[in-house]
Amino acid sequence: MTGLLEAQEISVRYGSLAALDGVDLRIHDGQRHALIGPNGAGKTTLLNVLGGSTRPQRGTVRFDGRDVGRLGPAARARRGINRIHQRPAVFPTLTATENVVVAALPRVVPRRRWWPGGRRRAAQRTAGPLLDQMGLTAVAAVPAGHLAHGQRRQLEIAMALAGRPRLLLLDEPAAGLSAIEVGRLVELLQALPRAVAVLLVEHRLDLVYALSDTVTVLRDGQTLAAGTPDEIRTSPLVRQAYADGVA
Amino acid sequence: MRGEVIRRVRGGIAALVLVGLVVAPWVVDDYTTAILSRTLALALVGVSVALLTGVAGMPTLGQTAPYAAGAYACAVVGSRVSDVGVVQLAVAAAAGALLAALTVPLVVHARGVIVLMITLAIGELVVIVLGRWRSVTGGTDGLAGIPAVRPFWGLPALADDQARYLYALVVVATLVGAVLVLLRTRAGLVLRAGRDDETRLRASGHRVALHLSGAHIAAGAIAGAAGSLLVVAQQYISPADFGFDTSALLLLGVVIGGTASVGGALVGAALVIAVRDWLFGVLPGHAPLVLGALFVATVYLLPTGVNRARGRLRPPGAPALQPDQPALHEQATVAELHR
Ligand SMILES: Nc1ncnc2c1ncn2[C@@H]1O[C@H](COP(=O)(O)OP(=O)(O)O)[C@@H](O)[C@H]1O
Ligand SMILES: [Mg+2]
Repeated sequence: MTGLLEAQEISVRYGSLAALDGVDLRIHDGQRHALIGPNGAGKTTLLNVLGGSTRPQRGTVRFDGRDVGRLGPAARARRGINRIHQRPAVFPTLTATENVVVAALPRVVPRRRWWPGGRRRAAQRTAGPLLDQMGLTAVAAVPAGHLAHGQRRQLEIAMALAGRPRLLLLDEPAAGLSAIEVGRLVELLQALPRAVAVLLVEHRLDLVYALSDTVTVLRDGQTLAAGTPDEIRTSPLVRQAYADGVA
Repeated sequence: MRGEVIRRVRGGIAALVLVGLVVAPWVVDDYTTAILSRTLALALVGVSVALLTGVAGMPTLGQTAPYAAGAYACAVVGSRVSDVGVVQLAVAAAAGALLAALTVPLVVHARGVIVLMITLAIGELVVIVLGRWRSVTGGTDGLAGIPAVRPFWGLPALADDQARYLYALVVVATLVGAVLVLLRTRAGLVLRAGRDDETRLRASGHRVALHLSGAHIAAGAIAGAAGSLLVVAQQYISPADFGFDTSALLLLGVVIGGTASVGGALVGAALVIAVRDWLFGVLPGHAPLVLGALFVATVYLLPTGVNRARGRLRPPGAPALQPDQPALHEQATVAELHR
């Protein structure tokens, strides 16, 4: 079985700092993989490399059997790599519904291909249920810039799902959410179609254990450990890293 | 409730303005009617400026370039090929679109003030070419004696200023209606999204450069069509019609009108042009100075335009702006100048 995503020997330097130093990552179709590690470990940088917004100095990224290293974020999104950002990124003057419609447009399949407005209508049809799932129906007509932080985050998740992802890159999706919102997020991620692979960056280990089949631990730009959640939980190396780092 | 009232009031004002525009040529003299026709043409260029500056987030000082291309194409066709209005309009729009398409590589990858500088340079270059290419453009003397237009095959030629004015009014209303429809489609939505956050748009898989190119070419076509209306209004054109002062005034008018609003752009551009024409009469020689001061005052005192009230209106039940969020109407107008 080959991977959906295969990243090899990824290195990113910022001046003298090695944000990533020879990191390998492989994710299969439908796999739920968590990426953990202390602040500054390089987690966001790795998502940037996979999403196409950062070019690594070294290393290759293959998606669905093809080298996507030269593709930018838009082309990768069209191939099915979608992400949410550590700081929620939404279109502030567009309503919540319009945000989801815009995100859905590039990969939407209209009923009649050459019918004027067909894509828009098809995108519109996907928006309602997604907003409903994220508990945003009541604010569907509110400009996203007026939404509270937690709502904006949930909106961005709805937008990522609207892009019909094959691989979902989630950068700390629970940060800033209320307990109720976190509960809804966990349910939603557990209910994702089995074909959707997820790479989850998360500080809260309870969420990591609830949502992932495999875990990679990064530290100082290098892979410290990789394995099942149980293996990671009991690894002395990881305990040590977390004792030195944040939590 | 309040939104409903404001919508009614706006609708009422729009209807009044429209009635005023239709009866205007019978109230004022012929000379003023001709000036009003020219103002309509410039207001249409203002709409194309608003489309780029406010909707697509590409502030421009160069819409006089496709405007000139359309006007000269129309003048040449009108003198030598056809006096039919729709033909001239189509040729002028195509010329404007073509010029815009040629300059796409220069503008779509630039942002903010850089776009202003590049578009300014394009506009000036076009004026220089118009002055030099005598065999076609008549050089600095311009082209005169262009025959009166007939709107459609079989219709009579428009012999007086009133008729020409009404022709311009119908064309402007039709094209503005088309722009408003366009903005309600997927294209308009994606353009607004790109103005908000281009990186986010890209992350969703949109080809941002393609969308911006399309907007640029569409705006070029509109400005080109406006050029054909200038020819109808004046039956004479010269490079002086397309100078930098015109670009600057249009941008000023669009900023006053609230950049992203098509109606605001029409009113703002028309207002500024009218003030200029009036100032030239009462303050000969000093008009540019007064207008320059007006520009500076507008940008500093009124960064949000006449439409700021819109941004203030919150949808029912929406929470107030977050403290860390810049106010929405500011994002819509000032932000794109700094993007
Ligand atoms: N654009 C950048 N310029 C310079 N340094 C950066 C940049 N982005 C990230 N870094 C540095 O790279 C390291 C890894 O950052 P990041 O990937 O954001 O870590 P994490 O998401 O794991 O907290 C940090 O030391 C950070 O300061
Ligand atoms: Mg991070």
